Amino acid sequence: MVSYRTPLGRARGLGSAKHGATHWIAERVSSIALVPLVIWAIYGVLRLASGDYGFAVHWIQDPLNATLTVLTLATSFWHMHSGMRVIVEDYIHKTLTKSGLLIINLFVCGLAGALAIFSVLKVALGGA
Amino acid sequence: MVELVLPKNSRVQKGHHHPAPEGATRVKTFRVYRYDPEGTQNPSWDIYDVDVDACGPMVLDVLIHIKNTMDPSLAFRRSCREGVCGSCAMNIGGRNTLACTHGWEEVPGKDVQVSPLPHMPVVKDLVPDLTQFYAQYASIEPWLHTETPEPQKEWLQSPQDREKLDGLYECILCACCTTSCPSYWWNQDKYLGPATLLQSYRWLIDSRDEATGERLDALEDPFKLYRCHTIMNCAQVCPKGLNPAKAIAEVKKMLADRVV
Repeated sequence: MVSYRTPLGRARGLGSAKHGATHWIAERVSSIALVPLVIWAIYGVLRLASGDYGFAVHWIQDPLNATLTVLTLATSFWHMHSGMRVIVEDYIHKTLTKSGLLIINLFVCGLAGALAIFSVLKVALGGA
Repeated sequence: MVELVLPKNSRVQKGHHHPAPEGATRVKTFRVYRYDPEGTQNPSWDIYDVDVDACGPMVLDVLIHIKNTMDPSLAFRRSCREGVCGSCAMNIGGRNTLACTHGWEEVPGKDVQVSPLPHMPVVKDLVPDLTQFYAQYASIEPWLHTETPEPQKEWLQSPQDREKLDGLYECILCACCTTSCPSYWWNQDKYLGPATLLQSYRWLIDSRDEATGERLDALEDPFKLYRCHTIMNCAQVCPKGLNPAKAIAEVKKMLADRVV
């Protein structure tokens, strides 16, 4: 089909979404947060590797360890969702495929994050 | 749109071989992209063995020499031949640059490969269709916006404020940066690209402009601006040595400044 739309009309398209700045800031802030959190998490995993099951449960039940674990998981999955979203927007252009993948991304990251956090809380609050 | 393999009718085939004239003293091989939209043939790589002692040092000199003495059917744009107009932007040895300011001896490798600016529709041979590129530039309204009544003489600007336009006003809109950007390759229908965004910033930081907020509103968009992922190809290839990536980062900082 020949389009008689002018080049300027095409370039303007649907106009500006008038958002994006907060997403851009959030991506960066979560990256900054993940630097100390991941260093702490590596230290935590090394500590846990040297102990037995009882030690691990006891370690998670410490309020500071539990809080930092939950924060690491929440920030990681949130950051993962943001990053995957950008990748999908970059490379997928068919509306249906794109929307489908964005929804799957949200659901998978949401489910995995919720499961991980609930598991930590279960141990931390004495369920295990 | 991501296209990892060219469509069947765009695959580049072997083309003609134009041998060097007899008595050539120094021969260099140029592989040049050829495409004729009026024919039924796929694009092809034509091989020209050029007597480089018979022409000037720049790739544009070689192309003009080919057109004048070997193959008058070769199409390319050129005008000022001194890096001011931006007409002869093309891909030389895998890098977007201006044919008039790029010496063929600077191109690494045995042969010199010349093709049109990547990922744009081809009008003929080395001539890309830049309609979308110019329309995107027009869409940012690249002129002074003011509401204050025009002064009697001129809009005043301090030397310090004028200095802020250095590194921006020199842009000649050759499209080397924009067509080197993978984000622009995949999303050129929505992403404005480095050249247009550098020009946006040129008006955003102009102390005389009164539409900074409206300009930022028009740019704050996941696709128009935020498809820039700091890949930096733009800064690598700019034949004028400008840094569009930095200008884009400054626009992002201005937008962040509005919310925090």
